[in-house]
Amino acid sequence: MTYATGKTEWLRHSFVILLAFIMLYPVLWMLGSSFKPANMIFSEVWIWPSEWVFSNYAKGWAGTQGNTFALFLKNSALISIGAVIGNVVSCSMAAYAFARLDFRFRAIGFGLMLMTLMLPHHVTLIPQYILFHKLGWINTYYPLIVPKWLATDAFFVFLIVQFIRGVPRDLDEAATIDGCGPIRIYTSIIMPLALPALITTTIFTFLWTWDDFFSQLLYLSEVSKYTVPLGLRLFLDSSSQSDWGPMFAMSVLSLVPCFVIFIICQKYFVQGIATSGIKG
Amino acid sequence: MSAQPGTVAGAQAVPAKKTKVRHKQNGAALFFLTPWLIGLVCLTLGPMAASLYFSFTDYSILSSPRWAGFANYVTMFTEDKLFLVSMKVTFLYVFVSVPLKLIFALAVAMLLDKGIRGLGFYRTIYYIPSLLGGSVAISMLWRKMLGGDGLVNHALAFIGIEAPDWVGNPKYALYSLVLLSVWQFGSSMIIFLAGLKQIPADYYEASSVDGAGKARQFFNITLPILSPVIFFNLVMQIITSFQSFTQSFIISNGTGGPVNSTLMYSLYLYKKGFAFFQMGYASAMAWVLVILIGLFTLLVFRTSKSWVHYEDGGK
Repeated sequence: MTYATGKTEWLRHSFVILLAFIMLYPVLWMLGSSFKPANMIFSEVWIWPSEWVFSNYAKGWAGTQGNTFALFLKNSALISIGAVIGNVVSCSMAAYAFARLDFRFRAIGFGLMLMTLMLPHHVTLIPQYILFHKLGWINTYYPLIVPKWLATDAFFVFLIVQFIRGVPRDLDEAATIDGCGPIRIYTSIIMPLALPALITTTIFTFLWTWDDFFSQLLYLSEVSKYTVPLGLRLFLDSSSQSDWGPMFAMSVLSLVPCFVIFIICQKYFVQGIATSGIKG
Repeated sequence: MSAQPGTVAGAQAVPAKKTKVRHKQNGAALFFLTPWLIGLVCLTLGPMAASLYFSFTDYSILSSPRWAGFANYVTMFTEDKLFLVSMKVTFLYVFVSVPLKLIFALAVAMLLDKGIRGLGFYRTIYYIPSLLGGSVAISMLWRKMLGGDGLVNHALAFIGIEAPDWVGNPKYALYSLVLLSVWQFGSSMIIFLAGLKQIPADYYEASSVDGAGKARQFFNITLPILSPVIFFNLVMQIITSFQSFTQSFIISNGTGGPVNSTLMYSLYLYKKGFAFFQMGYASAMAWVLVILIGLFTLLVFRTSKSWVHYEDGGK
């Protein structure tokens, strides 16, 4: 009996590892290719470079038309950080009100919030673009950051509401008796206890903003304002055959922040996905 | 205290105090909801009304909107061949990729569920494609990998198979996008794993005592108990798949080619609105998308009554 389970266990492990290897192969191959000379990239199926070349990184970093890749990274970081802070502050404020405060039109407000959760963004896209155009915000970072300060990602409002509901109300009541107002309760009790939900919000806002291509494509037109996804695409446009090495090198670099966050916050990742069903 | 849980607990006895508490919270709620309210009015409800209006007009951003009645909607379904093509492409994409992705996610979740050592490690590995899949980097990689002399064809040539240019051939291009989507089964898998953990082991033990085989157990225990999770994943994947953009944009270099075989609905909408400046038409397309997604969600919700089982027997 133990032998049989041991054997099936072994089989299962082998299969799981093989599948994982196949799944990760493209990413590993890209990593390997970023160290290969241009003429070897597509003739070499193996991950490990037979000849190591580091110039791809230097060449990619130098960027195009005098805009270094460092600039794109800096721009992306700026937008992502602005979006993260905005989302965490505005979504948690709205969530606190929906989860804990008793006010008029609460049911209607909550219903509207749930409705915006399901709405494809295309339906607000064009009027939003026109609005930002009229405000003179095209080719600035405002259209990418300001909406995050206005809790437009209903998804996170909902996520934090669900989490706050799990925090015992006794705590609020005790604080009320001690003379705390709603603001104090929000800052000193709910926010610290809702930390896992806030971390989940932070991780996913960062990743989605970092990887967002559509809005950045729409709102940014000047190359010096470009972000990482747009910068990467420049490599594709100017693709002479020899540019693949630098392109893969910068692609690898562009994924590093995602990896770092993933590894640091793994626990919250799994929790966040399992409990809230965040798409990925 | 115990009779009335909640923040207005005990206030029932003193009516005067109750109104005071309520009043106070209205003010506080307004404070906390102000950012959300501004966003709701200025960035959601206002734009929704505007886009509904634009959808009945001829509008390029350069001139003011001109009322056109249902012209945009009529054109879409009668004259605009590309619209119908984009619709077909999107449906095909959704119908092929969503079920495949969910089946794959469930299969791997079940493989990992039964107490495998190093579960955390495998879960991490399998999630990596979902983590990276939305990025431009991966789309570019995909394009090169499945291109004419890309990695895949070199590997196939290695074992003696001569293969076509997968992303350059209109017959296969969409399936390379499907493959990219299925590859990202990680988040659905994590949700399935969480669902599988909820199934009590006794159920399986009891049924195997009764002589049920693995297949029986799967169809009579696993699937029914997991059905709410399957339902949830299905709805989420349908909604997101209908809106897919980045992958088709990068892989086809913004064209939706070859021969419009990867012209996703979102991509065509973007082209109409922001390359041809037909903002009215694009708005109408957006509303058709809302209706489509709404109909499909409704359909899934309706049929779910016959296949989604809740433990408590209720809704």
